[in-house]
Amino acid sequence: MLRRAWIVFLALALPGQQSAAQLTVQILRGMAESVPIAVVPLAWESAGAAPWDVAATVQADLERSGRFRPLPRAQMLELPHAAGEVDVADWRMLKVDYVLVGSLAPLPDGRVEARYELVSVANGQRVLGATLPSDRNALKLASHRLADAIYERILGVRGAFSTRIAYVAVDGPVTARNYRLMVTDADGANERIVFSSPEPIMSPAWAPDGRSLAYVSFHSRFPAIYVQTLRTGEQVRVSARSGINSAPSYSPDGTQLAIALSRRDGNVDVYLLNLASQELQRLTDDAAIDTEPAWAPDGRSIYFTSDRAGAPQIYRIGLAAGERPRRITFEGTYNARPRVSPDGRDLAVVTLDRGAYRIAVVDAERGGLRVLSGGQLDESPAYAPNGADIIYATREGGRGVLAIVSADGRIQQRLAASAGEVREPAWSPYLN
Amino acid sequence: MRLLPAFTIAVCTLLLSGCPKRPTTVPEAPAQAEQPADSSATDGMAEGQVGDARDLPGADSGAGGGAGPVGVATVIYFDFDRSEIRPEYAALINSHGRHLAAAGGIRIRLEGHTDERGSREYNIALGERRAQEVRRTLMLQGAGDRQLTTVSYGEERPAAEGSNENAYEKNRRVELVYGR
Repeated sequence: MLRRAWIVFLALALPGQQSAAQLTVQILRGMAESVPIAVVPLAWESAGAAPWDVAATVQADLERSGRFRPLPRAQMLELPHAAGEVDVADWRMLKVDYVLVGSLAPLPDGRVEARYELVSVANGQRVLGATLPSDRNALKLASHRLADAIYERILGVRGAFSTRIAYVAVDGPVTARNYRLMVTDADGANERIVFSSPEPIMSPAWAPDGRSLAYVSFHSRFPAIYVQTLRTGEQVRVSARSGINSAPSYSPDGTQLAIALSRRDGNVDVYLLNLASQELQRLTDDAAIDTEPAWAPDGRSIYFTSDRAGAPQIYRIGLAAGERPRRITFEGTYNARPRVSPDGRDLAVVTLDRGAYRIAVVDAERGGLRVLSGGQLDESPAYAPNGADIIYATREGGRGVLAIVSADGRIQQRLAASAGEVREPAWSPYLN
Repeated sequence: MRLLPAFTIAVCTLLLSGCPKRPTTVPEAPAQAEQPADSSATDGMAEGQVGDARDLPGADSGAGGGAGPVGVATVIYFDFDRSEIRPEYAALINSHGRHLAAAGGIRIRLEGHTDERGSREYNIALGERRAQEVRRTLMLQGAGDRQLTTVSYGEERPAAEGSNENAYEKNRRVELVYGR
């Protein structure tokens, strides 16, 4: 089933501002049954050079996902630009299952329109055909969306190429650390600094609309939870209570944060904070540690970590009045930091697996646990919005890097920064 | 129940004798010492305004402060995933507790830390529990609630770098920082 597939380094060109911790994506293991596809360069229906090589971006996205095996351009026998021009016999000879063709044309309003068609080589049928208008300077994003559509048509689940990833970058010696909260496109390009501080930054969490991030910063010498709007940079402090202010998680409707507080008595419990009214409601009340809340997608319950049974395990509590926490994990001595899959069926957690901290997926109803990663200190799992992949933090040569594993464990990727450490990844929701 | 380890040390120190594994009775004194914290916590919902609740007087102090007892170490180490204070630190904590009790103007910041293993947010909670354990023990020795501030850094501020037990045991700690 598994084989070592191609090793690809995508050194990602970055237009505009450069930052120290540029991420590069490397596929460590792809699927043996990855889908062979030809992404034919789009025709540019105007004078001069095309404003963007849409096909190159689409091809890189599909290849990086580990689920597709794009045909190199040099091996293409012809370069059709419409479904009617595709000679399936030629492509069959090249052992390609799908051919993407299309063109790019200027619109009267100054924008550009991509017209594209996906042809199934098996039967010569056009299985996808659409147009996608875009600003000239947004053609890379349009290309990611085109790749999302192809991914969905062939694999049955929407691609997440047009999404973003937030993470924490750290560099400098122990005595003079520099922490930066970063946001990057899912391919590692277009990296921006959201907030930086010499004090720790932790626990970034996306608002469901993708417009802001909640996170913990120690820059006032005490931990506090902030919400920052990405477009404007406006930073609002939403919780700076005595003790810890930790682990924010947005409700699916974006109106509340589940957070972990210790308050004055030092007992760490999960609370719900209404962002508009600032009303605070205690959700758990146990002398043990209750932390790392994660909202179920239906908004009706919250998963969290508790050591009430003597060691950290995952629990779920319903939000209706009078609900009691129910323990979910029973395998192993350490299960923590749950994140719920978009369909609500699975949890990605940190588990202690034969002496190593690894990422596992837990059945949210039956509790069965499957280890997906193979590091020694893996942590901070987060689902892609399509549920197909899980991003997490791991170590490579003693340095913190990010990794992606498919939810079935078969595909593995690394995202390494050019300098310093990266950690605590959070995958954005769909942004359009 | 969470007062037991601290209380155990206090009793051991007072009696200068062997420590019982599990004290069978809990006297009123520790609960009394907790009173300020408890009453502050019960005004719960009213506390919930943005940023208004930094009710530790030492939080923004650059002045005041003071020094610790001469020649007494200021770091306490912990076992993995535990927050009970080990018996060998009883004398150390008692020295600090008596020092604080004798000079009510001295303030101290208790910084809780963990090793790097496991989840970062869980480690923030664990570091807090360690700092709170030290705080309670100091209060049993007569330190005042308002002299003590806690903050947990979890695994974010290691004392020693490296992914080995040698580094881990140096990182599972509470630091007593005077004058903060």
